[in-house]
Amino acid sequence: MATQTFQRTWRRRSTRRELALWFGWLLLVALFVFCWQVMTENTIWMFVTDAPRQAADIGSRMFPPRWEYIPALLEPLWDTLNIATLGTLLALFMAVPVAFLAARNTTPSVRFVRPVALLIIVASRSINSLIWALLLVAVIGPGVLAGIVAIAFRSIGFVAKLLYEAIEEIDESQVEAISATGASKAQVMDYAVAPQILPAFAGITVFRWDINIRESTVLGLVGAGGLGLRLQESLNVLAWPQVTVIFILILITVLVSEWVSAKVRHAII
Amino acid sequence: MTAKAHPRTWSRPPLIQRTWLRWSLYGGALIYLALATASVEVNWLRVWEGLDRGLRFVQGFLVPDFTSRWGDILQGMEESLTMTVTATVVGVLISVPIGIGAARNIAPLPIYAVCRAIVALSRSFQEIIVAILFVAMFGFGPFAGFLTLSFATIGFLAKLLAEDIEDIDESQVEAIRATGAGWWQVVAYGIQPQVMPRLIGLSLYRLDINFRESAVIGIVGAGGIGATLNTAMDRYEYDSAAAILILIILIVMAAEYLSGFVRKWVQ
Repeated sequence: MATQTFQRTWRRRSTRRELALWFGWLLLVALFVFCWQVMTENTIWMFVTDAPRQAADIGSRMFPPRWEYIPALLEPLWDTLNIATLGTLLALFMAVPVAFLAARNTTPSVRFVRPVALLIIVASRSINSLIWALLLVAVIGPGVLAGIVAIAFRSIGFVAKLLYEAIEEIDESQVEAISATGASKAQVMDYAVAPQILPAFAGITVFRWDINIRESTVLGLVGAGGLGLRLQESLNVLAWPQVTVIFILILITVLVSEWVSAKVRHAII
Repeated sequence: MTAKAHPRTWSRPPLIQRTWLRWSLYGGALIYLALATASVEVNWLRVWEGLDRGLRFVQGFLVPDFTSRWGDILQGMEESLTMTVTATVVGVLISVPIGIGAARNIAPLPIYAVCRAIVALSRSFQEIIVAILFVAMFGFGPFAGFLTLSFATIGFLAKLLAEDIEDIDESQVEAIRATGAGWWQVVAYGIQPQVMPRLIGLSLYRLDINFRESAVIGIVGAGGIGATLNTAMDRYEYDSAAAILILIILIVMAAEYLSGFVRKWVQ
């Protein structure tokens, strides 16, 4: 029997794989340096080095917060909550059909209808709600309605994507059992598919509502109503003490909505 | 044996078991909806007038104009893409130590508290608000955007990485520790191999998010394609705006496809 020489030290990868890995890292570093160069081409470094002073300056102007400003913020806050909630509801009405059309097991046609539904989902998801708001403010005018529709358009993709994944993962034996009783297509949907996805649906809805509260606080920056409108006004006149109050209010709103959504999701699931 | 009268028909059990809670929830929701819809002021005349613009926008989408603003679009895209890459790299580099520090099973309590506080701070403010502050401090341009995206990346990635580290298989860590390995060696040989595939996946996902966000923070002056888009909208050049949006969608789709490919290859 020939004695085999074993390697003395253990190595995770072969030499070739190790070299490939290092080469990959090298490429990443090169890409980073290249991007950094391109990005900072037009940066005025004087402003950057000046930043700590600027930060201290803004910080000193932000305090103390102007608490008397709060009563003026209550109505925008109500608007913000409405934008998020009504926007989420509107999105649900549109997202549910899209999800059923996009799911492989419920779509009427995998060839023709499914790609269209997937395209709607991708388009809605790639465009941030602020950009949707920018478009809608131009089309239907500034105000709460533009915010609601913007939130709805952004949420369609999110809700529909998660929902169609949930639909595709359902237990087919239940569908079979219901159809074996002679149920029609609609009855199969109602008694076999819907009960299985309902918890996921409720969870997704609350999750999205939470995100929408977050996003609707700043939609006003482009004129779509809510707290952001006041933020924009205060920024325009450099009223930093008011900006602080708005930031604090946004923070509280976001924390409360996160807490509510966590509680509700916990209760459902 | 007394025969119990079984009900002949079956009805589904309600989602919320307690009757009073169910009805008060329904009632509350109805009242809220009525109040909320009543407080939404809609200027239907303005909406009607705007439909014309909406139509023009749809037409812009059908016939997007890539050429007349191509220089601006190219520069915006260049800023957005470079900003995205640099911010993701820097954000990941910073969030790895913070993520390790925020995992309760390997970090001592004081470090854990500090790291969790950083994560909470970074997560509670949206990109756009951070961008406003950074633009005020560092001046207009992609550098403020780069800082914003890096800051946002930290909260996202560190939190998910910490949760991932907390979920790892402890027996592997124990095995490494049993060989007499120090803390660094435990992290390098017991934890890193377990979380690496997911870390790479998350980084790619964040790259995708950062690109999408880079299209937004330009609205408040932090550079990138968002600034170009905002200008195009302000000038009512809907065909150019449509071209930009189509490019954004295409890049996001390409990034999603690519990251799916890389994730499959890594795992």
